Amino acid sequence: MKKGHYGPYGGQYIAETLMTPLRELEAAYEDAKADPAFQAEFREILRDYVGRESPLTFARRLTERLGGARIVLKREDLNHTGAHKVNNTIGQALLARRMGKKRLIAETGAGMHGVATATVAALFGMPCEVYMGATDVARQAPNVARMKMLGATVHPIEEGGATLKDAMNEAIRDWIANCDDTFYVIGTVAGPHPYPAMVRDFQSVIGTEARRQMLEKFGKLPDQAIACVGGGSNAMGLFAGFLDDPGVRLVGVEAGGKGIATGEHAASICGGRPGVLHGSKTYLLQTDDGQILDTYSVSAGLDYPGVGPEHAYLADTGRAEYVPVDDAEAVAAFDALCRYEGIIPALESSHAVAEAIKRAPHLPGDAILLVNLSGRGDKDMDNVLAWKAAHPPVPAL
Amino acid sequence: MNRIQNCFSRTRAAGRPAFVAYLTMGFPSLAASEKAADTLLSSGADILELGVPFSDPVADGAVIRAAAYAALEQGVKLADVLALAARLRAKHPDAPLVVFSYYNVLYAHGLERFADEAAAAGVDAVLVVDLPLEERDELLAVLRPRGLTFVPLVAPTTSVERAAASAKGLEDSFLYVITVKGTTGARAELPPELKDRLATLRAAVDVPIAAGFGVSTREQAAMIGEVADGFVVGSALVKALEKDGTLHAEDLRYY
Repeated sequence: MKKGHYGPYGGQYIAETLMTPLRELEAAYEDAKADPAFQAEFREILRDYVGRESPLTFARRLTERLGGARIVLKREDLNHTGAHKVNNTIGQALLARRMGKKRLIAETGAGMHGVATATVAALFGMPCEVYMGATDVARQAPNVARMKMLGATVHPIEEGGATLKDAMNEAIRDWIANCDDTFYVIGTVAGPHPYPAMVRDFQSVIGTEARRQMLEKFGKLPDQAIACVGGGSNAMGLFAGFLDDPGVRLVGVEAGGKGIATGEHAASICGGRPGVLHGSKTYLLQTDDGQILDTYSVSAGLDYPGVGPEHAYLADTGRAEYVPVDDAEAVAAFDALCRYEGIIPALESSHAVAEAIKRAPHLPGDAILLVNLSGRGDKDMDNVLAWKAAHPPVPAL
Repeated sequence: MNRIQNCFSRTRAAGRPAFVAYLTMGFPSLAASEKAADTLLSSGADILELGVPFSDPVADGAVIRAAAYAALEQGVKLADVLALAARLRAKHPDAPLVVFSYYNVLYAHGLERFADEAAAAGVDAVLVVDLPLEERDELLAVLRPRGLTFVPLVAPTTSVERAAASAKGLEDSFLYVITVKGTTGARAELPPELKDRLATLRAAVDVPIAAGFGVSTREQAAMIGEVADGFVVGSALVKALEKDGTLHAEDLRYY
């Protein structure tokens, strides 16, 4: 495969101004990847600061209620900052420092990546500016407050649908203007090469740990590994641990919003077609004329019209399957995890939990569904309450 | 020789730089774009870049972004831009016409279909802001057999070697040199090192070079003209159209 490409996907479809900075980044990353001192520092921070490794939790009561496959949760929600995002921001901040960059910028949707970037910026003493769609600023107020508390500047973006893609547009513009001293910390496995590979590598700690923990704790690999997919970094991190295990089905869960048929969703693979945006060729939600569509999901973190190019490739080759879960199913799964397990999950992660809830009853009791619980749901309280107030009650499990 | 080569021969013989004009097609309306393009080509502009509106113009500053969104609000499509190009071609048989786009719009249209229709409309070249050297072969493969050329971009971060590689095989086109690190839009000051950089690039490549991004005054155009084969004015023209949708004589005086 051509470097930086995943079959026909990936690549570097970006402004010429960024091509040289991308080459420098690629060289610096290859160098760091092969440097044991860099890897050791990365692992040390993950252990002593993030609190890794994150445990596997057997969801006993939920499993008993469903009566089928065992559901096991990979607890990325227990990481410092409350989501998997910090695995990647630590890696990129270490790289930024190594490259002598003075300033971090980031885009954020739900705000978890913004918080994780603001966190590492504080940890490393670097200024940080976060671009966030104005719609998301409004619906993720707790995370905006956290970013500001951590010393970051948050720029609300009013253009387009004022969500994640618009924030990413503006972050790219900032990077074009300030590429000499600025490191752009992309939060997902999207963007131009080397970002999709680099972010996957930093997040692969999820899958590597989970694979070992499965063998230690259950003496077998999971039958299915399930994760939600917006851009797809938590899913790619989980899948990375099992790509070479053909017996493990990989399941990516996209945001079905109000249903694929309504057009109001954020399911790029299930409801989109290939195109080029933000540096990559990949599945996109777009009009027939190639204009990028505004997306919709109850969960801000999945509200993105594209998907990482490696997911596009895994979908085409059939190595992973991608399915939509709609808002109501996600909210029902959110409730179920709260009531049966005492865990308040992020709405994003609730999509993956919902898919496991659908599948478990149809599988034998010795099967295991490994679900990446990519984040905690404290940030989503207001959204869930508002969603429930506006919709008929979801049936309780 | 194609129209682009003829154009630069003419301007060089006249001892002046080529005036490359950019307009966002469909802003403030398709009819206004057509009239403005006609005015430009009749009154001093040598090459016209027809900007195709895109929903996510990451390389553009506020003026061209707003123009693109306004054009999209009216439902302007690539087919409209090509139809407009065909009408301009009929009136201005010698003027080079360049389709200026983001890649997804062309990709969604179908690259072969786009190349067929662009060639039929009398378009000379295609410029794609997010299609660097590494990715352009897919598009060149459909443009070249139809007699269309491609305008490569060179940025302030681009090495001379890379610029030469980008120009290679496109001797029937011109090299678009981006003056500033940043998005499109008028700048009060262009970088002090610009003149030296343009001179270095011009010596290193076998194609004409035109500099754009940030150029909005006659003085800036003259400065660029001392060392380059052409200058590009975009945002300043689009901004001029914001007033009453028409270009006036004072909007056109760049040399």
